[in-house]
Amino acid sequence: MRRLPLYLMLSIAALMVLFPLLVMLSTSLKPLDEINHGSLFALPQDPTLAAWTKAWGGACISGTCRGLSVWFANSFAIVLPALFCSLALGALTGYALSLRTARWVDMLFAALLIGLFIPPQVTLYPMIVLVREMGLFGTLGGLVFAHTVWGLAFVTLLFRNFFLSVPRDLLKAARIDGAGFLATFWHVMLPLSLPVCAVALVLQFTYIWNDFILGLTFAGPGQQPVTVALNVLAGSQFGQQEYNVNMAATMIAALPTILVYLLSGRLFVRGIAAGAVKG
Amino acid sequence: MQRVHLQGIAKSFGATKVLEQIDLTIEPGEFLVLLGPSGCGKSTLLNIVAGLEQPTGGRIHFGDRDVTDLEPDQRDIAMVFQSYALYPTMSVRRNMGFALKMQGLSTAEIAAKVADVAKLLQIEHLLDRKPAQLSGGQQQRVAIGRALVREPQVFLLDEPLSNLDAKLRADMRVELKRLHERGRRTTLYVTHDQVEAMTFASRIVVMDKGRVQQCDRPEVVYAKPANRFVAGFVGAPTMNFLEGELALLSDGPALRLKENLLPLPGLWASRGLQVGQKVVLGLRPEHIGLAAADDVGTCPGHVVMTEPTGPDLYVRIRLAGQEVTSRMSPGQAPSPGQKVALELDGKAASLFDVADGQRLN
Ligand SMILES: Nc1ncnc2c1ncn2[C@@H]1O[C@H](COP(=O)(O)OP(=O)(O)OP(=O)(O)O)[C@@H](O)[C@H]1O
Ligand SMILES: [Mg+2]
Repeated sequence: MRRLPLYLMLSIAALMVLFPLLVMLSTSLKPLDEINHGSLFALPQDPTLAAWTKAWGGACISGTCRGLSVWFANSFAIVLPALFCSLALGALTGYALSLRTARWVDMLFAALLIGLFIPPQVTLYPMIVLVREMGLFGTLGGLVFAHTVWGLAFVTLLFRNFFLSVPRDLLKAARIDGAGFLATFWHVMLPLSLPVCAVALVLQFTYIWNDFILGLTFAGPGQQPVTVALNVLAGSQFGQQEYNVNMAATMIAALPTILVYLLSGRLFVRGIAAGAVKG
Repeated sequence: MQRVHLQGIAKSFGATKVLEQIDLTIEPGEFLVLLGPSGCGKSTLLNIVAGLEQPTGGRIHFGDRDVTDLEPDQRDIAMVFQSYALYPTMSVRRNMGFALKMQGLSTAEIAAKVADVAKLLQIEHLLDRKPAQLSGGQQQRVAIGRALVREPQVFLLDEPLSNLDAKLRADMRVELKRLHERGRRTTLYVTHDQVEAMTFASRIVVMDKGRVQQCDRPEVVYAKPANRFVAGFVGAPTMNFLEGELALLSDGPALRLKENLLPLPGLWASRGLQVGQKVVLGLRPEHIGLAAADDVGTCPGHVVMTEPTGPDLYVRIRLAGQEVTSRMSPGQAPSPGQKVALELDGKAASLFDVADGQRLN
């Protein structure tokens, strides 16, 4: 019973985090008039999945009435290539920086780190100009490019610090075995960094999936991510607010990040333990 | 088999000079051991031979080929690291075949070569394991196997045994020696363990402070150290040093230590040595023994304590105001406090210059 206070604390903390979620879940399962006439905290009298099906396939967003499913697909079309590009580029850059072949390499890394502390809003306008000059504004490629660039500092930091902890003898052995820069990366370093890949993947996935401002700015019409659609749906000024649909839509939009966390769970923890996010 | 020739090799990291003017030839098929205290630049020299570091001065030749500017994989060498440096994510099989794969050999060729070496080292049953699933000794074998698979011209080893326990180390010593006798590859072996150096070496290179102090056969390095550093570093317990003046008694040379005269029968009177000259006398523990009753030319000592080590007995003796160590057989054991008559073996004694520590005889 000495652990009772511990469990009590944990339960309270969990409840505080979960309570809004529970309210959302319960609201999404109520029909509309039950919401309008009952208390927000009351449990659904007559649970129904109608709001969920509508949010997924029938709600009208920006003129089309096919629900979130369309934007859901858009989000995946953005996240997957952006994830691949930022991980591939970040891992390679981190590897190159971890070799510390010259003094200025560390300065380059420090310069890159500055990118970590500048919020995207600050560099939004120059980025728009850059992407426009590349002729990619309003295209999927432009948005993927923007995400890759903004994620690069963070992903590079993760990989660089991990690769720095790899014993130097391993690199020497690879060099003696005749493996060059890329072969060493591919055969020796990358397989070692799987837990770090998991960390980068989960965090970048969450970040890119949840992104709103880049999606709103860079995506062309018909390519906008689910977060933008959610904003349109919930922010709609016309007609009555369908809270149950909004709640269901929000949860649908949040589902992939939760799944990614759960699926990569153990690798993720190992990555954290392997020093992936330590300075 | 290949001759390795180092000519005037120097290396500095920034302002710190790690190696200065190293001239060394490793004969074809020779087993040359680099011995020296920690931080003296052994690994640095090995890395330079391997091509992992660029020297700041000097040239390296393998046979007639100048390899100074070549990458490690173009030099036809293999290296074993103290940390073994096995690729953790690869199976033993892939670890051993990695270099061959990088050379572009076919899968069948690689498999055949790996199988051969695995059989030689008796690690066939480990081929599908990951390094983390192996004991230290097994990892060590795999690391040696990985080097052997390449059939290198020059074999480089950096303290490969120092992470093993005493028993395993002794076993591996024998095995490495056997492997070398089979293959007769030109080998450069770094260690700071002098027993290892003595067992393997066709010649030992003793290094200190980035310089070669002596390079010779193990017996010579032990019996005739070139300077005080080598004398003190090689041999355990260490050599006894007594500083005094050379003197001549009626029956032979001696060393005068303040008012004491220590007779050194058989000390070879070398050119340039003069009576009255200040020298440092170096005597190994086995060259200080108990005198027989009828011996002349003995000196009195006073036993301070005894240290039995099994086959030998080390006796700390106060001699002419200084403590020295003597090696005796356990049967002779004097007891602490006892007065003894000692006989110093002048034939085996070394004399060093007081100022620069160089050998005088
Ligand atoms: N990259 C480097 N930068 C600066 N100094 C270095 C570097 N590598 C080695 N040194 C220095 O060079 C000296 C020799 O190092 P080295 O590793 O060759 O010693 P060692 O004889 O192998 O010692 P040990 O027996 O401990 O392995 C040391 O004083 C070390 O601090
Ligand atoms: Mg070393």
